[in-house]
Amino acid sequence: MSILLEKDTPVLVQGITGKMARFHTKDMLEYGTNIVGGVVPGKGGETVEGLPVFDTVEDAIAQTGAEASLVFVPPPSAADSIMEAADAGIKYCVCITDGIPAQDMIRVKRYMYRYPKERRMVLTGPNCAGTISPGKALLGIMPGHIYLKGHVGIVGRSGTLGYEAASQLKERGIGVSTSVGIGGDPINGSSFKDILERFENDDDTHVIALIGEIGGPQEAEAAEYIRDHVSKPVVAYVAGLTAPKGRTMGHAGAIISAFGESASEKVEILSAAGVTVAENPAVIGETIAKVMEAA
Amino acid sequence: MDIHEYQAKEVLSGFGVAVPSGGLAYSPEQAAYRARELGGDRWVVKAQVHAGGRGKAGGVKVCSSDVEINDVCEEMFGAKLVTHQTGPEGKGVYRVYVEAAVSIAREIYLGFVLDRTTQRVMIVASAEGGMEIEDISAEKPDSIVRAVVEPAVGLREFQCRQIAFKLGIEPALIQQMVRTLQGAYRAFTELDATMVEINPLVITEDSRIIALDAKMTFDDNALFRHPQIAELRDKSQEDPRESRAADRGLSYVGLDGNIGCIVNGAGLAMATMDTIKLAGGEPANFLDIGGGATPDRVAKAFRLVLSDKNVQAILVNIFAGINRCDWVAEGVVQALREVEVDVPVIVRLAGTNVEEGQKILAKSGLPIIRARTLNEAAERAVGAWRNDLSQGVTMRAVS
Repeated sequence: MSILLEKDTPVLVQGITGKMARFHTKDMLEYGTNIVGGVVPGKGGETVEGLPVFDTVEDAIAQTGAEASLVFVPPPSAADSIMEAADAGIKYCVCITDGIPAQDMIRVKRYMYRYPKERRMVLTGPNCAGTISPGKALLGIMPGHIYLKGHVGIVGRSGTLGYEAASQLKERGIGVSTSVGIGGDPINGSSFKDILERFENDDDTHVIALIGEIGGPQEAEAAEYIRDHVSKPVVAYVAGLTAPKGRTMGHAGAIISAFGESASEKVEILSAAGVTVAENPAVIGETIAKVMEAA
Repeated sequence: MDIHEYQAKEVLSGFGVAVPSGGLAYSPEQAAYRARELGGDRWVVKAQVHAGGRGKAGGVKVCSSDVEINDVCEEMFGAKLVTHQTGPEGKGVYRVYVEAAVSIAREIYLGFVLDRTTQRVMIVASAEGGMEIEDISAEKPDSIVRAVVEPAVGLREFQCRQIAFKLGIEPALIQQMVRTLQGAYRAFTELDATMVEINPLVITEDSRIIALDAKMTFDDNALFRHPQIAELRDKSQEDPRESRAADRGLSYVGLDGNIGCIVNGAGLAMATMDTIKLAGGEPANFLDIGGGATPDRVAKAFRLVLSDKNVQAILVNIFAGINRCDWVAEGVVQALREVEVDVPVIVRLAGTNVEEGQKILAKSGLPIIRARTLNEAAERAVGAWRNDLSQGVTMRAVS
């Protein structure tokens, strides 16, 4: 088993006719993801990579039985597309789009909560690289071949830093159960804690790697959750030791604006919760390997 | 994006928040003229810079004559105002705002922020106005009143009344306070602000509630739908390198060190800076060139990093996933042929086709220092910089 995404999960690509979406649709198909169609308003009836395009998510689900969706829609209408997916009954949505206004995301989250828990969509992102269950399916823009199949669950904000961690693991022959990007935005669909909860309950995940960064309260919230509820070993790295206060470091959410939001404070909070912290990004793989040997 | 105080007041006033009457001036003469226009016998001259803490830094002066206004302005204009928020280099004063002085009975702190814990808009208020919020939370945490806004229905009147009563505002003024809170909230949401701070919000001796100072920050991601706000951008308040980077679609933050960084991805860029620090160096900048490391973007990045005269070595760290390393390596080689680079360049490539990438770098004949791991790259960058220093080549030729 893996979390969020299985080999057969039928997937829609929202905004599939865009250049980036076409490119990654092809890549995901090659990886083996079960993509069943795309959605672009006004382009219903066209095909992309041999897949049918629908005008609405509702239509697409009726015709294909899609359960997951990947949003590549540009920032001004991305929030609307996520809400459309939630309304139509998509179970899991990954939003890749970078640059969605924060208040649009506040509305998205409020909108998702209008549904009872059993039919509420799970969202990861926006501004993330996606989710991969190696050997099964890839829902995002990450290079699939850098992930081996295995038992480390990865959750992180950054795309390329996540790749760095996965390839350090691959060099050591260590594989990944699922890797989830929660994205670099201040208001995100799922937090570290949300994903940790899934990894804790996933038999296929034996060790969890948390890759955080400066800004926001979600690493501290995760630390508290790990201390009280996670039985599996957790390894963490927090980027931004040298980041100055009050400056946005690329990701809209990577800004130290309150107590507990700097990298050193987060490292301290995570360590106190029993997490093994890699002090240097170059030793993330090595640290995970050591923890696995000890476990 | 930040805006000036006078701009924030104009915006808030459009949403029903009362502000003192005032006028903008670009010269001492204009400032004196504005004071005459406003009338009265006491005015406040306020330097317009994008930073808090102006009062303590000498950027806010009370004047009671033309001559005084002139003297104060002569000192302010063209000077760099250094506050605890500007950094030691300060921010240039090119505009002042002249306001009629008001008699203050009480000062209140009022802030609206995007709260990342609740993921909603939060109002933060305190009866201890005039102090910085950091100081209030450190010294008088019990004075802070908070309210979270439910996005489906917006800020309700009962919440405003609750805040007002908790702040000890007298019943006759509650309606004014409700109007102020709701106006500021509407400005926040309708214009996609990420922060509105009115500090102090004052109750005057004649029982009016007025925003005596105002700061607004807007969501860069939402400026596309607020062209009237985007127009308020003042580049004189930004680091010129950062504005240039932003105009070119690169994400750059200048720092004090001397090892320049060119990286793809924000997280990896921060991690690269951290590794430099751990290897004993200091990063000169944060720079995320984005996913596709095209030759054009790499060339732009080199020019940008080199425009910082403190840079004595450059570390390029690219994780090539879907864009293979061989393609990225060609981009780096092409950029290095285009841009005259007179400091050591350390390149670390990782990901797909890394061997081919290394070969391209080696065959180029360019003096590129190659590294395989992040640690190796940082150590070699720090080593190259130290070597440079030991040879007395501390100053770079300016190309």
